[in-house]
Amino acid sequence: MLKENIFSLKSPYREDLRVTGYRFGGGEKSACIVGAVRGNEVQQLYICSQLIRRLTELEERGAIATNHEILVIPSVGHHSMNIGKRFWAVDNTDINRMFPGYAQGETTQRIADGVFRHVKDYEYGIQFASFYMPGDFVPHVRMMETGVQSTSLANLFGLPYVVVRKARPIDTTTLNYNWQMWDTNAFSVYTNKTDTVDEVSAGQAVSAVLRFLTRMGILRYNSHSGYIATIISERDLALVHTKNAGIYRRLKFPGEEVRFGEPLAEITHPFEGTVLSTILSPTDGVIFFSHDRPVVTEHEIVYKIIRRLHE
Amino acid sequence: MIETVASMRLPVDETLMINKNRIEPVDATGEKKRISIVTGTHGDELEGQFVCYELQRRLQEGREHLKGIVDIYPAMNPLGIDSITRGIPQFDLDMNRVFPGDEEGPMIEALTKQITDDLAGSDFCVDIHASNIFLKEIPQVRINELTADTLVPLAKQINVDFVWVHASATVLESTLAYSLNSIGVPTLVVEMGVGMRITNDYCYQLVEGILNLMKENGLWDGPVGPVKEPVISSDHAVGFVNANESGIYLPLKNIGDEICAGDILGRVMDPLSGKVVEEAKSPIDGMVFTRREYPVVYSGSLLGRVLGGDM
Repeated sequence: MLKENIFSLKSPYREDLRVTGYRFGGGEKSACIVGAVRGNEVQQLYICSQLIRRLTELEERGAIATNHEILVIPSVGHHSMNIGKRFWAVDNTDINRMFPGYAQGETTQRIADGVFRHVKDYEYGIQFASFYMPGDFVPHVRMMETGVQSTSLANLFGLPYVVVRKARPIDTTTLNYNWQMWDTNAFSVYTNKTDTVDEVSAGQAVSAVLRFLTRMGILRYNSHSGYIATIISERDLALVHTKNAGIYRRLKFPGEEVRFGEPLAEITHPFEGTVLSTILSPTDGVIFFSHDRPVVTEHEIVYKIIRRLHE
Repeated sequence: MIETVASMRLPVDETLMINKNRIEPVDATGEKKRISIVTGTHGDELEGQFVCYELQRRLQEGREHLKGIVDIYPAMNPLGIDSITRGIPQFDLDMNRVFPGDEEGPMIEALTKQITDDLAGSDFCVDIHASNIFLKEIPQVRINELTADTLVPLAKQINVDFVWVHASATVLESTLAYSLNSIGVPTLVVEMGVGMRITNDYCYQLVEGILNLMKENGLWDGPVGPVKEPVISSDHAVGFVNANESGIYLPLKNIGDEICAGDILGRVMDPLSGKVVEEAKSPIDGMVFTRREYPVVYSGSLLGRVLGGDM
């Protein structure tokens, strides 16, 4: 393993921002894995740290295939993480909305450029990503519909679900989208947490990446075969909105199977404690996403359900 | 007449409301043209607040001259303005990246859909921005090159110093202006002044410009002061000056100053060592139209922009 400085940025009052890469094996640029780009992505950082630990052990045992190089960048956004911010601490811009970056541009464009130069030529790109809506997901691989995405490759992670979503204008400046534009097969891996560590799903993510690398011939590693993933289009998920605002009490969690009409959550009056509404499942299916904050607004999406799917 | 055009209940005893004030001619019969003035999408941009006040004062003073409908939306992001937050508090989301909205989407997207629906049908829209807390801008209209043929003639009527026709970018397709222009509402994006402050002279200048735009298009027949002929960017180069060092920036030139290539725009200093670490120089001859106001800079921070050529 070779530990190296990928990019650094001088700070006026703090230590320099140093983006560190861990390089395993050598030869063809086979796989690049990126962790916490945003400052709240603690789970993503933790997963990468565990992956680096496992890859270090595997490399010592000679388990990395000849002529294959793996680069892991555990964190880009730790300058923000260290002070409890989600986005770039100075101007609140999102590094994951600045790709492919611009060397002569603004600070976060320069950071994105400094990272992208090192990650863009790999055959496979894996990002541990997060979503802006507060909530938990079932672990899945997410891909954008760019015309060059491959769900059959995504299936090789062995996670239960592969989700394909249509790229929106705002997505065109993400790392995942730009990887695809630069001919890297890009995957975003979501576990069920972001700003807290969940050991179980972190372990699942590490195993999924090791399984994928093994199946692509990059690693020699014996692991459980995982799932044959169910492929879902995001637009086919049933969205469940709130009708009231108030205190939110969820009754069902991601991965659970639900029946049409079954209670999913309750919203109670924030002062009087009475139940304002009971949110019922609009379909049979498996819960893919659920809101996890203790309060909700009106018309918020609190559940996404994979229709007519059974455990 | 004050109306609520979009609303959502918040968790505890409060409703998020987007309000507008409709000002109609004394003789409100028959079909009237409608102009919409929107601002406050970014909660740290306040120049538009004074414009809304002053425009209404002028309209009330000369109500008999009003020949069309004026809809004024002072606060598209009231939670942001009220909490000195650029984006939408709680979601850390740039509201100007979620238009035109989606009634089936999350709460914020449903809210922006209601706003878009209310603005649809306007004959003109002026979307007032105030840069951010870092940069001060000369009064200018920014136009996507795709809509230049329609919008440049209107921009010439609105009493700004500069019209910047910029390249199209996919990521900007989620802005309010792009969304409105796409549905046939000619929308001018005005950038002027600096975040978290009000520059009275610029506000008076823009109010005069809005009245002139209304007069030229049959919505006002009252008096209007002199209107500037703006410089159009397509005839001029734009030079960007970004910091390459970090430290404290002290500008030496003011907005509107004529400068030569190589002139020093300002200096980046290191307060700890007491040294100048960078002298920022103009890349071209021209006029300073953007000036950095916030002193702390990183590598990449924009220090200024210069509009090239003779004015």
